[in-house]
Amino acid sequence: MLPVTLEDSTKIVQALLHSGKEYICVMKLHGDAEEEHVRKVLGEFEDLIYQRPPLRSSVKRQLRTRRVYYIDFIEKDGRNVLFKVGCEGGTYIRKLCYDIGEILGCGAHMQELRRTRAGPFVENSNDRVRLHDVAYWFAEWEEKKDEKILRKIIQPMEAALALIPKIVIRDSAVDALCHGANLTAPGILAAETGITKDAMTAVLTLKGEALALAKALVSTEEILDLNHGTVATLQRVVMPRGTYPKVWKSGNAK
Amino acid sequence: MPRTAPPWETTRELLIKAEDTTDPAYGHKPSERPAAEYIRYGVINLDKTAGPTSHEVAAWTKKIMHLTRIGHGGTLEA
Repeated sequence: MLPVTLEDSTKIVQALLHSGKEYICVMKLHGDAEEEHVRKVLGEFEDLIYQRPPLRSSVKRQLRTRRVYYIDFIEKDGRNVLFKVGCEGGTYIRKLCYDIGEILGCGAHMQELRRTRAGPFVENSNDRVRLHDVAYWFAEWEEKKDEKILRKIIQPMEAALALIPKIVIRDSAVDALCHGANLTAPGILAAETGITKDAMTAVLTLKGEALALAKALVSTEEILDLNHGTVATLQRVVMPRGTYPKVWKSGNAK
Repeated sequence: MPRTAPPWETTRELLIKAEDTTDPAYGHKPSERPAAEYIRYGVINLDKTAGPTSHEVAAWTKKIMHLTRIGHGGTLEA
């Protein structure tokens, strides 16, 4: 499962890194273990865990914590253990298998891995396409110019933001944000529940277009209560300037 | 350990602070973007086979679709 961002939607790719992943994994034990014991140890890793990135990685190799949301035991066949794991982005499943093996006592390694979810994008959804589908349908589009064909293979980038809490703003506040202004209280029309300080949010227009990713300075309740002040700082703007008109008056719309 | 809910199990409600209208003369609803814009602000849910790397797959997509820029949602953390 690999979400691929096209052109300007690449600007919001960091939203996917924060949205969590799910994998199906085959772990090979280096010794025999009872199924009961394996199930128990897997359960112990459903927690905040410590990991240091492996030698072959592009990130700084410092000890860091990652959350494992769940590990669902599926099947054990001799020394092969099949399980499903849901975790925070940046969790190394190879290291997880190694550590599970250590706790089990017999040792283990990751034999096979398949990602079944990347944020809001899942394996078994209707909009999933393979590379040769992309090649085929894109050729069809180039020949027939029927826009419905594009919608077979491409989703609007807002689909990648499905798990990020939203803030909706007035038309009059849009262009200022596109120019880099931070988000202030008067421009806000709505906010989703569950926003906390420092959370990543997606700023949308009333039409549902994603404008920018912003870091919340306050919670949902405060966003709705406050009448002035900065509510979120911009992290990444994706809408070009001039999409919506410049409004020189501060605050009030019609 | 009590299971923590993953992000995809979090339900959210949109709470309204104020009402306003949006001018149809500017911008587009995402699903109604004209072709060039739809591609420019589009994302593909790609079912990647094991074998080629994420980078290779993204590069192929970029070539097939004649794009100038491409990104992907993370290399498989193995």
